Amino acid sequence: MKTMLQKIWERHEVVPETADTPAVLYVDLHLVHEVTSPQAFSVLREQGMKVRRPDLTLATMDHSTPTRTEQVFGGAPIAIASAAQQIAQLEKNCAEFGVELLNLRSELRGIVHIIGPELGLSQPGKTVVCGDSHTSTHGAFGALAFGIGTTEVGHVLATQCLLQRRPKTFAINVSNRLAAGVSAKDLILAIIGEIGVSGGTGHVLEYRGEAVRALTMEERMTVCNMSIEAGARAGMIAPDDTTFDYLQSRPRAPKGTEWQRRVAEWRALPSDAGARFDREVTLDGERIEPMITYGTHPGMVTPISGHIPATRGDAVFDKALAYMGFQAGEPIRNQPINVVFIGSCTNGRLEDLRAAASLLRGQHIARGVQMLVVPGSQQIKKAAEAEGLDTIFRDAGAEWRESGCSMCIGMNGDNVASGQYSVSTSNRNFEGRQGPGARTLLASPLTAAASAIRGRVTDPRELLNG
Amino acid sequence: MDPIRQIRSRTAVLPFTNIDTDQIIPARFLRTTTREGLGKQLFADWRYLPDGSPKPDFALNQPAAVGCQVLVAGRNLGCGSSREHAPWALLDHGFRAVISSEIADIFRNNSLKNGLVPVVVDESTADWLLKNPGVEVTIDLDSTQLRLPDGRAVQFPIEPFARYCLLNGVDELGYLVSQQPVISAYERTHA
Ligand code: SF4
Repeated sequence: MKTMLQKIWERHEVVPETADTPAVLYVDLHLVHEVTSPQAFSVLREQGMKVRRPDLTLATMDHSTPTRTEQVFGGAPIAIASAAQQIAQLEKNCAEFGVELLNLRSELRGIVHIIGPELGLSQPGKTVVCGDSHTSTHGAFGALAFGIGTTEVGHVLATQCLLQRRPKTFAINVSNRLAAGVSAKDLILAIIGEIGVSGGTGHVLEYRGEAVRALTMEERMTVCNMSIEAGARAGMIAPDDTTFDYLQSRPRAPKGTEWQRRVAEWRALPSDAGARFDREVTLDGERIEPMITYGTHPGMVTPISGHIPATRGDAVFDKALAYMGFQAGEPIRNQPINVVFIGSCTNGRLEDLRAAASLLRGQHIARGVQMLVVPGSQQIKKAAEAEGLDTIFRDAGAEWRESGCSMCIGMNGDNVASGQYSVSTSNRNFEGRQGPGARTLLASPLTAAASAIRGRVTDPRELLNG
Repeated sequence: MDPIRQIRSRTAVLPFTNIDTDQIIPARFLRTTTREGLGKQLFADWRYLPDGSPKPDFALNQPAAVGCQVLVAGRNLGCGSSREHAPWALLDHGFRAVISSEIADIFRNNSLKNGLVPVVVDESTADWLLKNPGVEVTIDLDSTQLRLPDGRAVQFPIEPFARYCLLNGVDELGYLVSQQPVISAYERTHA
């Protein structure tokens, strides 16, 4: 009786691990972006090595890439010189080493964890790596997907392999269904609140149970995306018909008889009934409320109807509240906000934009609030525009941008100013993550949109119920 | 990489839990294409005032922290982003080892690959170190022991192959490259 992790792991062991040496683990898909790859390509160049499997490697640009249309499609130079240089370096590296690049103006470009699934490259049973911690996203397909550092990016480019020890397994069971107005983002924030920001260290999380089975692929990606925020190496969800339906028509998914053969294989991937996990926890999905963070890591989170906890004399906790400008014991609801960001690899997909638009249709955001809506990929942008979502956002007073990481990470020109409060659908509320001094409250697209309309932290159920 | 057997140094202490890699080096400094010179941006938002002058109360700005090669931090050091710029910045600043009761997975891996020794100790040892900044400690990779000034020796775990690489100053890429024939054989049967 094996877990899904064990099945995938064993199939990818080129050399099994021993007491003295880690396993040599084969990588099926290597995603590359501009920020964590330049030094890896330099090592290959210095050592006169080639990329072993360019056909299993795909590069895009997203992190330091601008989202302003004129900087992407012409009319204005890329405002940040070092970003322009990083983008140029990626173009040069990919051309020199024969790696396919979805470059600045490609209609397939997008955030690295959005494009893999969108193209149908992220598939059940694969090992997927990228020099980025949110690679855990691809685990939504029943893949073993995890983030690596730049040295390891070099290892994979050169040998298509990594030296790894098998992580432990941690089953996260979520019973029942999520209630109306409660989304996948709320679910993963509740899970992180439950197990803590280092609760998953050394483990791969497997999300299971009725509430998880009922999620769409896009929602499953939101959940797996934030596994790293619980300290986990990766997160995964067993593939099922929802997975296969999502993948079937994707351009780079297997076709014809190959598709049939693969699906038969994928059906055998889920953990066997009775397989043992190293750890296990159970949550009741029905009892989860919309969640929002109040502190400086994703574990400092509360149901939106809740209060900021009492301090307990913990200096680190007090430092976090001082940074956020919050008082222990006060409610989080109705806190005034300045900025709303909808986007990122957590919540920048079409369903997320639709959810936000459902509340913003015919509404206007509160005076003084700045709102940025940034689709996760150029394809999502196009699909959203075909549905008229961009018009809804613009009419509501929000800005609509080209795809990229944008305000998720303060390195591409889209920043939250010091001291300002931002309700953000991204994944990290660390000090300065959205810019020096920025105060981030992580929440779902529904909560972000509701808060934009009121200019205060708002439970979206108040607007959904009329 | 130079072989590492022993590190002997006074400690600098940051008594905070969950120090994430965005604190170790903020994202705006990652727009670089080399790995050099990141030390001056280490902990930039904690270390400098907006005008660029050092914050007087930050631990690493104290005279006592100058020359310290060992950084002690609270539980779950290095959580968050996979940026290898974090260990690069720590090394460039002059640190050669970090000690905590828990070190996040990717940061620990990245540290090992660059010769920054990650030392995980039990809570009570970590507490003692957090409360006694500036003590001289010895990290011994041969015996995998951390020695404290009162004579205590605390065993710490380290992945055996990573330890071998550190002790011998070799990097893992060479080992992986030597596996190419096995990798090719795997590709033939698993394509
Ligand atoms: S959107 Fe944010 S978390 Fe996702 S890859 Fe970009 S910077 Fe990282």
